Order: sequence, then C-alpha cells, then structure tokens
Amino acid sequence: MQRYLIRRVLITFPIMLGITVLSYAIMSLTPGDPVQMQISPTMTQADIDIKRAAFGLDRPAYVRYLAWLKEIVHGNLGYSFSSGVPVTKRIGERVVPTLTLTVTALVCSYIIAVPVGMIAATRRYTWMDYVATLFAFLGISLPTFFLGLAGIYVFALRFRILPVGGTITLGGDGGFIDQLHHLILPAGVLAVAGAGALTRYVRSSVLEVLGQDYVRTARAKGVTEQVVHRRHALRNALIPVVTLAGLQIPALLAGAVITEQVFEWPGMGRLTIEAINQRDYPILMGITIVTALLVTMGNLFADVTYSLVDPRIRYE
Amino acid sequence: MSKVLPAHSLAQRDSRSWTESFWSLAMRRFMRHRLAVAGMAVFAAIAAMAVFAGVIAPGSPTAIDVTAFQAPPSSVHLLGTDSVGRDVLSRVIYASRVSLTVGLLAVAMYVTIGTIVGSIAGYAAGTIDLVLSRVMDVMLSFPPLIIILFAVSVFGKPSLWNVIIVLGLLGWPPVARLVRGQILALRQQEFVQAARAMGGSDVRVVTRHLLPNAMAPVLVAATFGTANAILVEAALSFLGMGVQPPTPSWGNILTDAQSLTVLERMPWLWVPPGFMILVSVLVINFVGDGLRDALDPSLKL
Repeated sequence: MQRYLIRRVLITFPIMLGITVLSYAIMSLTPGDPVQMQISPTMTQADIDIKRAAFGLDRPAYVRYLAWLKEIVHGNLGYSFSSGVPVTKRIGERVVPTLTLTVTALVCSYIIAVPVGMIAATRRYTWMDYVATLFAFLGISLPTFFLGLAGIYVFALRFRILPVGGTITLGGDGGFIDQLHHLILPAGVLAVAGAGALTRYVRSSVLEVLGQDYVRTARAKGVTEQVVHRRHALRNALIPVVTLAGLQIPALLAGAVITEQVFEWPGMGRLTIEAINQRDYPILMGITIVTALLVTMGNLFADVTYSLVDPRIRYE
Repeated sequence: MSKVLPAHSLAQRDSRSWTESFWSLAMRRFMRHRLAVAGMAVFAAIAAMAVFAGVIAPGSPTAIDVTAFQAPPSSVHLLGTDSVGRDVLSRVIYASRVSLTVGLLAVAMYVTIGTIVGSIAGYAAGTIDLVLSRVMDVMLSFPPLIIILFAVSVFGKPSLWNVIIVLGLLGWPPVARLVRGQILALRQQEFVQAARAMGGSDVRVVTRHLLPNAMAPVLVAATFGTANAILVEAALSFLGMGVQPPTPSWGNILTDAQSLTVLERMPWLWVPPGFMILVSVLVINFVGDGLRDALDPSLKL
C-alpha cells in the first residue's frame, strides 16, 4: 500500500513536467515573437538582432524552455499581452468564481446521480431504469451551451424567476441570497451535464455489488431486499463512486468554459474566451497549465482515495 | 459472449471463420438492442440529409432574402430567416455536413494515430512503452476543451480543417491506451507465439494477428468519439473558434442566440440547430451503447 502511494505520488512529477513541455511546444507555434511587436520602421536588421538577443530569442529552444520553466517553478507564468498584468494575478482573480461554480455543480450532480443511479440499478429493466437511462444519455448528449440557452429562455425570459447571468444584481446589495440566486442556473446546467455520466457509474457500481457473494449470502439468510439494498449494496457501491469526484475535474472545467460564457460568469472559462479573442497567448497558456495541474491533482486524489477505501487495489 | 459455440466446433474452425462468427454473433446481439437499431436508423437519415443537402434544402444556405430579415417561420421560409435574411432550414440542413465531416474525419485521424501508437507501446513494451504511456498520461491531463481552444487559437484562422486537425492530433491518447491494453493482453496468447514461431515479422504479427482481435473496443470508442467530436465542433463554432460564417454549422448558428433579444424573440433560430446537435449526438451514443453490449469489450477473445 505505502509503496503504491509513494509511486503514485512520484509519478505526478514527470507528468507535470510533461504538461509544461507540451504547453511550451504549443505556445512556440504562436505566430510572431515578442520582438516583432516592437519593430518600428526605423530599426535595422542589426537592431532587431540585438533586441532578439536581449530577449534571449537567439538561443536554442531547450535553453529558452529551461529558463521559462525556472520562472514557472517560482510562480511566474509571464505577463498578459493585452494588459501587462502578471498572468498569475489575472488567473488568480478568476479562480474563486470558477471554483464556486464547479464545486456547486459537482455536489449537485452527485445529489442527482446517486438516487437516480441507485433506482435504475435496483429496479433494473423496469420503466424506471429506462427513464434513468434516457436521462443519463440526455445528460451526456446535450450540448452545454444549448442547455444553458434553453435554461435562460425558460427560467429567465419566460417565467422571469432567475437572472439571465452575472454573479450579482447590478445596483443590488450583492448579498448571499442574491449570489445564490445567480448561481442556480449556471450550476444547474453544469450539474445536469455531469450527472449523466455519473448516473451510469452509480448504476453499474450498484449492479456490480448486487452480484457479489456477500449479497447472495445476505439474501439467503433471509434479509429483506430493502435491507440488502440499504445496508449491504448501496453503501459499498457508493465508495468507488465518491472517489470518482477527482476524475470529474476535466469535464467540469471544460463545461465551465461554455457555461461561464453563456451566463457571463467571470471565471477562468470566460477569461479563456477573452484571452482567445485578444490573442493573449500567455494567459491562455497559463490557464492551460493551471487547469492541467488541477486535473493531475484530481487524478491523484481519485487513485489515492480509491486505493485507501478498496484494499484489493494493489499495484506491484 | 455468454453463449459460445460448442468446443468441438470451435476447434475445427480456423481463426478466420471464427472471427466471422464473432462478428455475425455481434451483429445479432446488436440487432436485439432496440435503441441502438433505432439510433442507427436516425443516424442514417441524418447522414442522408448531409449527402443530399443540395436536393433536400429549399434553398442555398448562404443566399440572402432582402425582403425577410429575422422573419418568423412562414410558407416561404419554413423555419424563418436569421439576422442577415438567410433561410434557417437550409442552413440547418447544410450544417449537418460540417458536423458529420468533423465527426468522421477527426475520429478516423485519431483512431489511426492511436492504433499505431498503442500497438507500438503494447508490442514493444519496455522503455518505449514507458515513454509512450507517460506521453499519453500527460496529454490526458489537459481538460479537453481548454487544450483544444488553446491549440485552435494558436493554429491561426479558425476553420473547419483546423478543428479537424486539432481534434485529430489531440484525441488519440484514449484510443492508444485502449489498443495498448488489448495488445498487452493478447501478445501472451498461444496463437501469437505460434505466429512468431513460424517466423512472422513483428509488423505481420501485429497487423494480422493482434490488431484484428483488438479492434472491437476501438470501434466502440470510435463511435462514442464521433458523438463527442460533433459536440466539440459545435461548442468551438458556438464560441467563434470553429467553422466561420457564412458556412453554416449547428454551433455557429447558435452563436446569435447569445443575444437576449434573439433568444427571446427568435426561437426558430436557435431551437432547430440545438435540437439537431442533441439528436445526432444522442443517436450516435445509442449506437455506441448497442455496439458495446454486442461486442462486449470486457471480453478478451
């Protein structure tokens, strides 16, 4: 166990290094370099060369990568092209709204998926299972932006019970209730999208447990079906499902890009779109690296918790 | 496969006819999956719509009717017109071409790359496998849409082909991982050792003996991948980073609905493309589910 945990933690370091290499490689494909933006008509080629040398652009790619990596390790992700503000500052301002949105959505998707998946599994091949399956497939197949637009249309424009977007009412008090009111629709959309796949996991996990020997033993000794489900099957089935939370991060972050855009939610997703529109590559690369690190942490969390709760997991 | 052929008949067959019986068995199991069969039929209809868009669509997707801007559905424009006066029905029909092109080409591209990389990793093993597996780990660490957006924006002017190339180049790691696992499990089997003992070259052993037996789960992954690629293209086009107007794509038609007036007053503009995305992705996922049940990828040979 301990050896596995140590190995599992150590393996994240080469992965993180790989993340920086790939991000740097994509970044180096960007058209132009910092010097080209500062070229004025009066500059000669010699002036340009001096300037390039000053920026270190005359050195080979791996030297530049290592210099850049050193800055990253010290927490410097570069400076925004459009505003000159440090990338870490721009991203830092956007982390809290995104976390609020995604964590709420994650919790909500569990609240939806756990009961639906359980019902589907314990009443397999009944109409309830088919409805749950249909719900799961709809969740997987609905484009987030379409669901978001439809949500705005129904709840904000037709019934006018929820705001169309933003985090607080302009000119309002911006209190907790107001913020919560603004959170419902975007988090709900993201939650439904995530609940689809999660429902299938819950269903198959419960079905797997129901097929175990100890469930048959419980039934054989006369325990009622209800108690078998509640005491024996569901609890054990939920353990692996909870560890899956860490694996939801990529889908949540990807979904947040679109949800934040649709609902004008000032998080990292919206910053991504802003950065794309302004061709602000340092910001884009910063977001790519930060989110990839979050995903790596999520994977680590999932593997570690899973191996802790399920002692059968043994790797070499 | 719960009901396999009796052992004596299995023993008498050579590997080729056994493979055929596996596929015909899978076919029969697939046909029993009603949602999957229905999904296949709807998908065929959408594919026909894409191929015969020129015949089915009432008009050109880019023609502008100067007498009708933002016109509601009428006998002239069955689904109304958009803000520029283009026929929405024609645009939605033509847009199916974009979605299917991206879905099929991008997935074909990354399945090819993934199969090659996965075979090499699984068959070569050792250091090569270690390096390739870490590369897969790294690529799988990026949230899908964010790395795609980053790559598309770096790639220059967004277009249909950029979307296909970026999806094709970034989508292969899950396939590679799948193929690698299959190859690793299969390479110890006796028929593979026999093929090697008879002097079969590495390439021959992989392409003739290992890959045909490893393709079933890849087919399932490719089906789900097609549904996903259609979703990603729609999302990119919606965000303005995919197919550019005037070329219609279900995603870029929806871009206009980000304006609240369009969203509230012109539902004919955004409901049809959204519905088409949902239906195509849903039916392809049904087909994928049916294929998974039919091919039972958990089964190793």
